[in-house]
Amino acid sequence: MAARSNGKSRIAVAKTYKIYIGGKFPRTESGRYFTLENDRGEVIANICRSSRKDFRNAVVAARKAEGGWAKASAYLRGQIIYRIAEMLEGRSEQFVAELIQQGAARRQAEREVEASIDRLIYYAGWADKYQQVFSAVNPVQSSHFNFSVLEPMGVVSIIAPDDSGLIGLVSNVAPAIVGGNACVVLASETRPLCAVSFAEVLHASDVPPGVVNILTGLRAELTEQFASHMDVNAIAFCGGGRKLAATVQELAAENIKRVISRPRVKWLSDDAASPYLIRDTQEVKTTWHPIGT
Amino acid sequence: MATPENKLAFDGGWEYDPAPESTDHIRLDKRYGLFIGGDFVAPEKSRYFDTVNPATEETLARVAQASETDVDKAVKAARKAYRGPWGRMKARERGKYIFRIARIMQERARELAAIESLDGGKPIRESRDVDVPLAAAHFFYYAGWADKLEYAFPGRRAKPLGVAGQVIPWNFPLLMAAWKLAPALACGNTAVLKPAETTPLTALKLAEIIRDAELPPGVVNIVTGAGETGAAVVGHADVDKVAFTGSTAVGRIIQKALAGTNKKYTLELGGKAANVIFADAAIDQAVEGIVNGIFFNQGHVCCAGSRLLVQESVADEVVQKLRDRMETLIVGDPLDKNTDIGAINSSMQLEKIESYLKIGREEGGTMFQNSCPLPERGYWCRPTIFTGVSQSNRVVQEEIFGPVLAIQTFRTFDEAVSKANNTPYGLSGGVWTDKGAKIFRMTQSVRAGVIWANTFNKFDPTSPFGGYKESGVGREGGLHGLDAYVKLGA
Repeated sequence: MAARSNGKSRIAVAKTYKIYIGGKFPRTESGRYFTLENDRGEVIANICRSSRKDFRNAVVAARKAEGGWAKASAYLRGQIIYRIAEMLEGRSEQFVAELIQQGAARRQAEREVEASIDRLIYYAGWADKYQQVFSAVNPVQSSHFNFSVLEPMGVVSIIAPDDSGLIGLVSNVAPAIVGGNACVVLASETRPLCAVSFAEVLHASDVPPGVVNILTGLRAELTEQFASHMDVNAIAFCGGGRKLAATVQELAAENIKRVISRPRVKWLSDDAASPYLIRDTQEVKTTWHPIGT
Repeated sequence: MATPENKLAFDGGWEYDPAPESTDHIRLDKRYGLFIGGDFVAPEKSRYFDTVNPATEETLARVAQASETDVDKAVKAARKAYRGPWGRMKARERGKYIFRIARIMQERARELAAIESLDGGKPIRESRDVDVPLAAAHFFYYAGWADKLEYAFPGRRAKPLGVAGQVIPWNFPLLMAAWKLAPALACGNTAVLKPAETTPLTALKLAEIIRDAELPPGVVNIVTGAGETGAAVVGHADVDKVAFTGSTAVGRIIQKALAGTNKKYTLELGGKAANVIFADAAIDQAVEGIVNGIFFNQGHVCCAGSRLLVQESVADEVVQKLRDRMETLIVGDPLDKNTDIGAINSSMQLEKIESYLKIGREEGGTMFQNSCPLPERGYWCRPTIFTGVSQSNRVVQEEIFGPVLAIQTFRTFDEAVSKANNTPYGLSGGVWTDKGAKIFRMTQSVRAGVIWANTFNKFDPTSPFGGYKESGVGREGGLHGLDAYVKLGA
């Protein structure tokens, strides 16, 4: 196996790529896998082919986690996301290596890892600010103090873009969790390695168990589950053809799920980061409070 | 009225004389066409339907039934206006047109209120003091946004979407038209609006106002009809944005129908709001809030407080006071200024409500209705409460859309939250307590878009409205309501 020999006498220890549910690293309950190969046709790793049962377990874990995460202070969420960036920075060589293994040129891989770290810093900084930008005190006619604030939608399922191993994943997860949501992510099918390693980074960054859950597997097999689950509040859907997008929309309607479609985004670009992505997974809550005499 | 049941009759037996709003100032045509391209035109197939006064069952007017071809004509007119004068107009001028609409509505407020009550059955007090003034205020509010959109979306440029297809319900006909049209126009879109088939008249009056305001032809088109017409509006390929207010069942169908299109959509759907009364609340005020929460507009309100959660220690007191208060409510002629509860909007809706009254009793609930007399003709339902119901009962879970309240009790704060949130809906909620900290904990814990603390059923153009979960997608009203009608570019 390409990943498992380095040409020296010592036998390298290869990593088992597992999925991440509720702060644990189980194998898929299905026992199934798919094989990831490099462009020379050599096997890089066996990847968990997650099942719909794995997805349901992940949603349960996410639902359990979202309440506490939403209540965590904005300052704390910001620090934890900053911490993810710190951990990623420390392990950037590993991520670069994985991207290269999956076909990227070194410079390109380095750029992607750097951009991912910077993106986390960007969103960490938004944690205690987006609320101020998007909230409102509403000057109603009657004698009431009326204000609108953002609240996280709850559990967000994310179909990460397939064409990037790390930056696409980070660019979709960070805005969801900085706003207090928990998420279940389907990693890139063709470049899944960094997603699993990113789960390890999350695990070392004080992200509470269940706030981010990461599955690997086949998009064709899992997209419909991500879209149809009745206890998921929103789905962020990256890439995919028109037909799959239509299927997602249709299935999401069953519980009036919010559908956030993010096709053809150049995730490496700075323009792909904005507080409007945070707002995508926020509800607006308006409260009326009488003003006494 | 002083009856043995009415313990709050402090007037010593005075009867209320009828105080009907006059209707002699109202101009209603016998027949209405479709408002397309700035004029009333006959429907292609010459089909018309009756719109009926639900308080008398008499026909008020005949209204055109728009076919798919008619809807297509309306969308083409809207597209032409969007590409032409409306799209090219300076935002400030656009705003002035919308201000005009607000002003003319204020001038014709009395007429609009009377027609609203005639066509929909709501008490004149409500159409006069709530629906019509709020509708005008909505246009006035959004008119001012037209040339200020860059301040609403920091770091982004807001561009119009194009043609908006809008389908509205029968519970607040004119107000819903305002909620849909005002932000759409302010953001530079043109619109095709379909009012509900049982309440088309005020929308047609609004068409007259829009014509009188000299908006360029085609900026607003109003097509009347039933579900098929609505489906044609929503499904039209050249509509860029769909806005719907109605039931969750239909909302779901629409969201599915829009799958695979690039149409933006907002949905304002059903609700089953919990009105939570804590033991430390001002009980008399809370009882008023309960009455306003569920009996306002005959309970035909998506955000109605249709579930009462009352803390066990005060439950008996609250329910008794509520029953006493219900005895004072007058059900009857919507045009009478003494009327508290008007006519049920249609025979269909009355049937639906009555079926739930039956279900509630069959499920083991105890039903109480007040004892007021009902008019002989028309569609009526007395204010109703159910006690002894549990979380799984249909009258607790499902939206009835009538003057029917399901009452449950709770002991702890957490139990109240868990019961309040135990519904697929999440449109609104209410909390009654004297403790500020408890208010904020409750308002943060209830998963709903609008929470009223020590008040209920308040609305304002500046205040965003819309649901969590299956109560819909998007917000209407306020700064946040602009979002539904723009695309954001760099």
